[in-house]
Amino acid sequence: MTTTVHPKTSPEVGGIGHAVRRKEDDRFIQGAGRYLDDIVLPGMLHMAIVRSPIAHGRIRSIDTSAAEQTEGVVAVITGQMLAEHNLAWMPTLSGDTQAVLATDKVRYQGQEVAAVVATDPYIARDAASLVFVDYEELPAITSPQQALEPGAPVIRDDKEGKTDNVAYIWEAGDKEATDAAFAKADVVVTLDTHYPRSHPSPLETCGALADVNPATGEATIYLTSQAPHAHRTLFALVAGLPEENIRIVSPDIGGGFGNKVPIYPGYVVATVASLLLGKPVKWVETRTENLISTGFARDYHMHGELALTSDGRILAMRASILSDQGAFYADAQPSRFRAGLFHICTGSYDFGAAHVTAKGAYTNKAPGGVAYRCSFRVTEASYLIERLVDNAAWKLGMDPAEFRMKNFIRPEQFPYRSPTGFVYDSGDYHTALREAMKLVDYEGWRRKQAEGHPEGKLYGVGIASFTEVVGAGNSKEYDIAGIKMFDSAELRIHPTGKAILKLGVRTQGQGHETTFAQIVAEELGIPYTDVKVQEGDTDNTPYGLGTYASRSTPVGGAATAVVARRIREKAKKIAAHLLEASEDDLEWEPGRFFVRGTDKGVTIQEVAFAAYTNPPEGLEAGLEDVCYYDPPNMTYPFGSYIVVVEVDPGDGTWKVVDMAAVDDCGVRINPMIVEGQIMGGLTEGFAKANMQWITFDEQGNCIGSNFLDYLVPTAWETPRFKLGATVTPSPHHPLGAKGVGESATVGSPAAYVNAVLDALRRAGHPVENIDMPVLPHRVWGAIQGVAVKP
Amino acid sequence: MQITVTVNGTTYTSDVEPRRLLVDYIRNDLGLTGTHIGCDTTSCGACTLIMDGKPVKSCTILAVQADGSEIRTVEGLKRDGQLHPIQKAFKEHHGLQCGFCTPGMMMVGSALIEQNPRPSEEEVRWAISGNICRCTGYQNIVAAIQAAGRELAERG
Ligand code: FES
Ligand code: FES
Repeated sequence: MTTTVHPKTSPEVGGIGHAVRRKEDDRFIQGAGRYLDDIVLPGMLHMAIVRSPIAHGRIRSIDTSAAEQTEGVVAVITGQMLAEHNLAWMPTLSGDTQAVLATDKVRYQGQEVAAVVATDPYIARDAASLVFVDYEELPAITSPQQALEPGAPVIRDDKEGKTDNVAYIWEAGDKEATDAAFAKADVVVTLDTHYPRSHPSPLETCGALADVNPATGEATIYLTSQAPHAHRTLFALVAGLPEENIRIVSPDIGGGFGNKVPIYPGYVVATVASLLLGKPVKWVETRTENLISTGFARDYHMHGELALTSDGRILAMRASILSDQGAFYADAQPSRFRAGLFHICTGSYDFGAAHVTAKGAYTNKAPGGVAYRCSFRVTEASYLIERLVDNAAWKLGMDPAEFRMKNFIRPEQFPYRSPTGFVYDSGDYHTALREAMKLVDYEGWRRKQAEGHPEGKLYGVGIASFTEVVGAGNSKEYDIAGIKMFDSAELRIHPTGKAILKLGVRTQGQGHETTFAQIVAEELGIPYTDVKVQEGDTDNTPYGLGTYASRSTPVGGAATAVVARRIREKAKKIAAHLLEASEDDLEWEPGRFFVRGTDKGVTIQEVAFAAYTNPPEGLEAGLEDVCYYDPPNMTYPFGSYIVVVEVDPGDGTWKVVDMAAVDDCGVRINPMIVEGQIMGGLTEGFAKANMQWITFDEQGNCIGSNFLDYLVPTAWETPRFKLGATVTPSPHHPLGAKGVGESATVGSPAAYVNAVLDALRRAGHPVENIDMPVLPHRVWGAIQGVAVKP
Repeated sequence: MQITVTVNGTTYTSDVEPRRLLVDYIRNDLGLTGTHIGCDTTSCGACTLIMDGKPVKSCTILAVQADGSEIRTVEGLKRDGQLHPIQKAFKEHHGLQCGFCTPGMMMVGSALIEQNPRPSEEEVRWAISGNICRCTGYQNIVAAIQAAGRELAERG
């Protein structure tokens, strides 16, 4: 572990460790980004979707005549029409099926029932409201507990032989060993908590612009897609289009956070409409459509237990999870196990045994369960262990920092095999926590807390020392819908020494155009400003699984380093030829080969020119290569966050008065971009702890269907953050880097909640738990010891 | 209905439906797609532009209401080939990630610093509290607006 890494390259070259400014910013600050809705094609038509107003019901009939007669309407598409082409259903990313347009039943409010295509978006919306659907309403199931009650109506009666609402059952760990450890425990702490439904709600909603050429059958589909290559393959499989005729273009993306990983019905219908009408068809969601129908996150009901010794050691953990999956199981998940959840449910702690079960239930709610700045289900897992550990320290009368220090996996134990069988690559948890305590002045805040708040408010200090897992594959164990989780980079060095790097991943704001250019700069000494990074167009980039679950740097970044090194090997041969020296006598310094012990050398630019103008005999011309990188393991970033809150016991409101976040994501390629990712994540963590959730009433009406009801924090509510870093390189990543995009969203929620609970407990209120969001009335109720409505 | 508006110094006369939103007019009729749409409840500020000197949410105003007014959008921030201080500051302070909120943030920020070039952190946070960013956590946006204000003040 170190706290700083000194760059090897000059600031002009801008390799690893330089906080160079982002190349992509120039177009965004001038309003010249090109997002999906900015694209206009000649003759383009517009599509609007007709959605179910009810959560559960049988479709009796659909009357499209009024819509069809509206001037400007070109077509009205129903599920029946899709069924004729065998397109009424599509596969989800987790091996289930999902209705494209409902034919039999609607299963959640907002489900897609029909689509109207018109010459103008206003007309399309007008006409969508003229499609009359007659429903026979059925009782709505709005919780997984309700779904699993005996005799509950079967939501997925489309699945042959389905007699219950179970979506899946998974298990990990060793039940016997865990039971044995619990039998020996001095103390057992338990926690029941609901991680509420949330929505990534990127500022740009989802959309598609499908352009099928009627003459050639070639389909260019512009999509708000975090995974364009995987989407191309799925389009080929779903629509039966030949894959070489499909080109997915993912333009600039206005934030994704997991929301733009699944394939949505609107994408498919727009493509079918373009195919049928021979014209480009654009569909862009409204915010309400985005919130009520596209991939939500979380909605996990968790029960956890820790077995403890009276002197403060963890012996074992037990957990059972009940997940609300909505009407279709569309969680983007590797098929072999509950990745994320099982990987790190034991957190940063060393103990002998764990046993976890996870059950998913169908409900009459929107499908999804996507990662929201989260590697599959790590966010929920991290929250559970960090809340449990906090309750354990409290029950044992120990300081929560001391309790963590005592139970952390020690640095010399890495690589560390967890009780659920996964191997953590590297870590130094003690140092990260110590750094965070220094940064926030932990002792100082504890003193202030003991002295009492000058205005009678309550200070609380909360910690979360999370471990994350990011960067799927390896491809033996990880796949999405059967496609292996590798990723790719293709690098071409032009004769003038400039370069183009093409990647299988897709940025949505993470700064790939800069970060990945910096990796090339590091490896080849070509200034990052001379390296163009291209992503998102499947015709022009190598195949990859895309950007989500913080996998771009661990996998795409590794691919970039490896391909650059391969090119350096070839460059060396050319350099030897130019210098008339033996390869063995050549040394490399960033940007230049030289003959050892002399000042005779050639720059990489000179080599590049020679690769096209004067290649050595017997060597192929050109200087380019491609790498498909299959990581040997995931990477395990970690960190410690400490939050100080001030709770007003009079009304239960709370605010963050100090926060320190120390992250260790291995080697930081661009520290500025890394810190930007962390601050964004800390804000999302705060959002979920403080205000942001989606609920449903008993009829299954979505409460939280717009930004007035679904509260996302503005600058006014968002806390200020102090950031710190430690650097523990990943031993298996070519650059020692780990992913970072989601660490803060994963790690921080527990810190906020632990802080509020600490405030109450230290003021003499023995509160076991308050579920997120920690709303004022819940805090007030906990202080008063009275039950309040959720 | 016929309207006449001046956008970024160019005067346009157009026929628009009375119900047409100003943001659709700007984006689709004038092709100025730097102004974005992020919600349907006047909550996000992605559509913010400057109308007659004041930041307004163009999704909540009809094009016909803009008749006779002077509008500046993100495309009009750059003057004489020079980036506006706010544009430079957003890049310098990493005040953007996906860039979708950025035009709206910069329009509000530029309006603020033109009136008050040295706003406090609180004043900046309040001024942009009608704008949502889902990526950055705001800290760098605040820093960028303050830095741009300083540059503006120093220029005099
Ligand atoms: S689009 Fe205007 S406020 Fe959101
Ligand atoms: S930069 Fe993405 S919404 Fe602000």
